[in-house]
This record gives sequence, C-alpha cells and structure tokens, in this order.
Amino acid sequence: MMFNEEFETLPRQALEALQLKRLKAMVERVYSSVPFYRQSLEAAGVKPGQINSLADIQRLPFTYKQDMRDSYPYGLFAVQMDDIVRIHASSGTTGKPTVVGYTQKDIDTWSELMARSFVAAGVHKGDIIHNSYGYGLFTGGLGAHYGAEKLGASVIPMSGGNTKKQIMIMKDFGSTVLTCTPSYSLYMAEAAREEGIDFRQLKLRVGIFGAEPWSDAMRGEIEAKLNLSAIDIYGLSEIMGPGVAIECQEAKQGLHIWEDHFIPEIIDPESGEVLPAGAKGELVITTITKEGIPLLRYRTRDITSITYEPCICGRSHARISRMSGRSDDMLIIRGVNVFPSQIESILMGIEGVEPHYLLIVDRKDNLDVLEVQVEVDEQLFSDEVKHLQALSHSIEKEIKDLLGVTSKVRLVEPRTITRSEGKAKRVIDNRKTDA
Amino acid sequence: MQVEQISIFIENKSGRLAEVTRVLGEAGINIRALSLADTSDFGILRLIVNDREKANTVLKEKGFTVSKTEVVAVEVPDRPGGLSEILQSLDRESINVEYMYAFVERCGENAVIIFRFDDTEKAINALMRNGFNVLAGERLYSM
Repeated sequence: MMFNEEFETLPRQALEALQLKRLKAMVERVYSSVPFYRQSLEAAGVKPGQINSLADIQRLPFTYKQDMRDSYPYGLFAVQMDDIVRIHASSGTTGKPTVVGYTQKDIDTWSELMARSFVAAGVHKGDIIHNSYGYGLFTGGLGAHYGAEKLGASVIPMSGGNTKKQIMIMKDFGSTVLTCTPSYSLYMAEAAREEGIDFRQLKLRVGIFGAEPWSDAMRGEIEAKLNLSAIDIYGLSEIMGPGVAIECQEAKQGLHIWEDHFIPEIIDPESGEVLPAGAKGELVITTITKEGIPLLRYRTRDITSITYEPCICGRSHARISRMSGRSDDMLIIRGVNVFPSQIESILMGIEGVEPHYLLIVDRKDNLDVLEVQVEVDEQLFSDEVKHLQALSHSIEKEIKDLLGVTSKVRLVEPRTITRSEGKAKRVIDNRKTDA
Repeated sequence: MQVEQISIFIENKSGRLAEVTRVLGEAGINIRALSLADTSDFGILRLIVNDREKANTVLKEKGFTVSKTEVVAVEVPDRPGGLSEILQSLDRESINVEYMYAFVERCGENAVIIFRFDDTEKAINALMRNGFNVLAGERLYSM
C-alpha cells in the first residue's frame, strides 16, 4: 500500500531524469532569486547552464547552517514574504533560531511527503493518529498533523506534556497510531503502567518515532512495551521538517528518502569528497522542488550511509541507514536541538562571568536529563544560600526559556571541571545510542 | 563594630568539610565559631577565626572559593529569654535577620551570638539604642 504509487515506484532511470530536470530549474531559480546563492555560485565559478548531469551537482558549493544564521531571519528566502504562508524555526548556536519559510506549494508538498511516510509506516486513512510531537515553531507537530489530514486520517493534536491525560485520551479516543520522540514513548509506557493501564489494552498498532537517534535495541524495547510496530522517521526543519525520509514497515531496513524532492549525497565531513554507496559519512541534501527556502547541498551534520539496492517494499527511492551520530557537537535532548555554545552564552550573560561549565546528559526513566555543572568562583559566590539557589534557578530558567530544555544546575567547586589543552570537553553524554 | 566572617563554598561531596578543617588546622588557625548551611546540592561553611588573612590565603591556595562577610556579635544574657529579648527588639525596629549562630566562648556572664543582617549599620544602631552590647571584631577574634 502506497500513498503515491506512481512516484514512489518510479523506475531509477525516470526518477533520475526527473531529478536532473528539477535540479537544473532549481539552480536557475536560486541563482536569480537568492543573492547569497548568486554570490556563492559565482565565487565557485558555476553557471546554471553548466548543470547537465546529476554528477554536476558536485560542482555546486555546500550550504552550511552558519549561512542560515548569517541571513537571519529571511535572507535566504527565494520568494516575496507575501508568498510565505508559514514560518518555522529551529535552534541556532547564537541563541537566534534558524528560520525557514514555506509557500502554499511547499506546505502541500510537505503534507504529501508526510502522507507517503505515514502509509509507508503502515498507517491508513481510517487510523486515529495521536500526535505528541511539539506544536509550535518546531516542525514536528504541524508536520505530522498536516500529513495526517492529507492522508485523511483522524489526527488528535496532543503536542507534548501532560502525560497522564495523554494516556487517558489514548485509551478513551482509541488512538491507533502514535507519533512522538522514541524516549517519550517509553516515558508514556511507564506512566501508563503506573495508572494500571497495559498497552495491550490500547488500540495502538503503529508508532512513528523521530527527532532524535534511537537504536535497534530501543526499538525492541518500545515494541515490547507499547505493543506496536515502531518505525523510524527522519527530517530537519532546514530541509522541510519530518517526512524527509521514512522506514517502510515491509523491510525496516533503512529509511527511504523521497528522491523526487531531495537529492542526497554522502560526503567525507573533513574533505567534502563525495563517498560511494555503502560508505558512512555526512548526509548532504539538495532540495529540488522547494519554493520558500530552497537549499543546495545542505550539510546536515548527520552521519549515515546510503543504499540504492532495490527494497522489498517496491519503492525505488534510495535508503539511508539509521542515524549513528553527528559530525558537530549538537546534542538532542528530548527531541530538542541544543548546542553547548548556547548554554555557554547563557552562562556568560550572568553578571558577565565566564564560568567553567560541564554538560552531563543522561537517560533516567527513559527521559533525557541534562545536568549543567557550573564552577563557583569568587565572582559567583555569595554567603547566602538563597542567592546561590537563586543563581541556579535563574540559569535553569534561562535555559528553559531560551532553549526549551529542562536542566538541573549543580554548583561545584572551582577547578573540579577538567581543563584541557585544546578544545574544552564541555559535554559528557552518558546515553548509548549505537544503532 | 562589625565582625569579619569567612564563608566557604562546599560541594556536596564526601570529605570536603574534613579537608577544610584539615587545611585550617595545619595552618594553625583557630576556629572561634562556626555554622554550616546546607542544601541538597551544596553547603556554605561560615567561620569566625583568629587569623582571617591567613585562613583566606591557605584556603584559596587549596582551591576553595572563599568570601568575607560582615556580621555582628552581640552579648546575650545567658538565661532563658535572653535571646528572645534581642530578637523582639529587632523585630520592633523591622530589622531582618538572615542567619545567626552561637560563639564558642562566653563574654563574662554572657553568651555571644553572631548575626547576619541585611542592613548591618541599621542593626548595630538599633541594638545599641536598645541597650544591647555589640562586640568589636578585634575583641572577638582572640577571645
């Protein structure tokens, strides 16, 4: 069962011809509509007319997250604001988010790709989709939502939080599909157990989990505890949102990336050299149909590999392996992107102090917990307990307000956080996520 | 009329408190009064010592975070109701007590209590106006 069988099973030759046609038009578009791309293409000595084969994509320069930050907020948009019907944003290292804009066509494409993704995961029109991805500036909630409506399923816009209520609704409303982060699903399983509710009593059949990396071992745990088929979904707001790639329930061997809209490449993160199929490297994506904020060869920083081998599900689109980490220092905490440098600027904003800090990420009771250790030197120290507690709380509040992440600040004695010669080790991630 | 107190940040790790007292002991510092404020995450050790400069130096050398705080030492009649009289006077004048603790030695017939006020000047004036005896730091350190 497929949402768009014609396009999902397009033979490789036809698919690649379509990609080339769209790529040429895209390069033409950004060259004339986006000053940033005009400049970078000219600097690379590339003219739109020079893209005549898919291999020519390698002549195009990369786009980095920094380029998006530098053009905050709307500098990379390829259309007039009048044509932008939706704006989303994700974390940026300077405390300012990276902003993306969508035209009506972009929203329609996103809905279509999300609908395809639902069907690939085993969801159908008659399902009741319990959507616990966060609704708001983040793309997760609304992305899944519009896809569900496009499919014609019944979507319950739960967003995150209020877990007891979520369990009650899952039970009373008869939810059949669950969409949320994998760690939240396990948290829900625990909460249900405490309420005396067995997931076997619920009607859940499929779970589509993403926004953070999760292993096969975790999949086994989720499927056992929630009594459903757990499917991995991939996406990022810079490219679109959730629905860029999806595991098919027939094989669960890699995630099909929708190649009629995205051209994926795997590169060596150090040299930028394109690697062959099967090799692990950084995923680079070129959007070939986006109108609002198209990107050429965007460096996702996610490490994966690609395969063009035919899949038993019948879809001809290539598959990327499950994510095995990042090539930068970004953390994903309960589905939220956090850069250590963001915490650093928050700490520096307090009385202009430059405290030494350490981030420790753990998983307790299936939820990510972030501890921020801050050294108390003479400038930070106060003789009164209430002042030190107020300091901890204000740091926790700033982190929560600016980054959307709950943390626990632990004040430690000076020089207890290891110093290093080179780049300071700011993060200890105790979670194990090897696939 | 103020007294200089040393405050030390203590992480909630085993042995830290012992380390502080060891360092002071080895440096020949005599602790005259002490109080330990604790939370689940950390503690603040407050000390009145005989040699503040030396204590400050040796603790900092060992990597402790140390600060100096102004506190007030008051003579309290050593009988039931003694402390209550002082606190009621302060209360009448709307003076806020942040914390307090007792001193090791007596001053003649009287006990000595160390107070931290949010307004030290105002508190000293009020205490003296009400007939209570405030002890100078210099006297206290070597008592």
